[in-house]
Amino acid sequence: MTDYILLLIGTVLVNNFVLVQFLGLCPFMGVSSRTETAIGMSFATTFVMTLASLLSYLVTTYILTPLNLEYLTTMSFILVIAVVVQFTEMVVHKTSANLYRLLGIFLPLITTNCAVLGVALLNLRLEHNFFESIIYGFGAAAGFSLVLVMFSAMREKLANADVPSPFQGAAIAMITAGLMSLAFMGFSGLVKL
Amino acid sequence: MINILIAILVLGTIAALFGALLGYASVRFHVVGDPIVEQLDALLPQTQCGQCGYPGCKPYAQAVANGEAINKCAPGGEETIKKIADLLGVDVEPIDENHEQNSSLGNGPTVAFIIEEDCIGCTKCIQACPVDAILGAAKQMHTILIDECTGCDLCVAPCPVDCIEMRVIPETIQNWQWDLNKIAVKQLN
Repeated sequence: MTDYILLLIGTVLVNNFVLVQFLGLCPFMGVSSRTETAIGMSFATTFVMTLASLLSYLVTTYILTPLNLEYLTTMSFILVIAVVVQFTEMVVHKTSANLYRLLGIFLPLITTNCAVLGVALLNLRLEHNFFESIIYGFGAAAGFSLVLVMFSAMREKLANADVPSPFQGAAIAMITAGLMSLAFMGFSGLVKL
Repeated sequence: MINILIAILVLGTIAALFGALLGYASVRFHVVGDPIVEQLDALLPQTQCGQCGYPGCKPYAQAVANGEAINKCAPGGEETIKKIADLLGVDVEPIDENHEQNSSLGNGPTVAFIIEEDCIGCTKCIQACPVDAILGAAKQMHTILIDECTGCDLCVAPCPVDCIEMRVIPETIQNWQWDLNKIAVKQLN
């Protein structure tokens, strides 16, 4: 049990997917201009990443490994991710038309969020078992959500701040992201995996 | 050779399975129409006045859902724009200049006012009013229910004796609103 909690904390804070491993930077910059959208995106991504890491574990363990088809992992993972994203899109469209509009193109673009494929491949490389895979997937998504929501809150503040003109817009967002990344380096060594 | 066939078969099976799942989901989670249009339509004042350039509130709701500007509803005014902005998650815009009511009278919402001594009781304005805010009968003097009037000015044109005019609602504590844009803020560099 302790192992699982440590894995979760380690994934969320120490090996944060966005700020330490630099995965999933596109939605990190793209949907972070409004906190509401960022929260919606966080939920969608969390759902997709947890489900995708679960399914990709099942696909590798029960289909690809017994048949010696490990070279098909990337391809079948992409298949799994695409299906999960499509499924999420349908569910979101049905349940919350407003969120569907807010997320817009970024919802189908979760497919190309490298953090999702990254979590599936890292699960394989780190030889996680079934539960570890799910926790790793969920932790990665929780870390992504945490950083995304925090960053969007900062960007909303920045929109009203008196930023020197050369730094306005994307430039100050990049600098903020860099400073956040530095701050997250403070967590390194908190959990030894 | 057999390996390749197995690979193709396995990947094909997985794809077919997922395809079937998605097919089922698309039936199960089928969305009828665009619910956002209904929600927008519910926010609009339903005066069907056509001042936005669309033949009614529903067509305008449809247009807003497709990306039309949200600030064209004059009868709804600032309040409706705020609600639409909340619903769509976009920023509040000031009401469009072209659709602002009687810009000659200055800003702010207006109501129709009947100059009662000139009224001949023709009931033409009653037929024109989309919200039934005009009270009166044939050959009787008409009057406006100020609380109901949305200021759409559709009754002004039909009046044969020009006894209807639009008046600005005076600003009181109840309807006063912040207008931060009026305060000059200088950007310091």
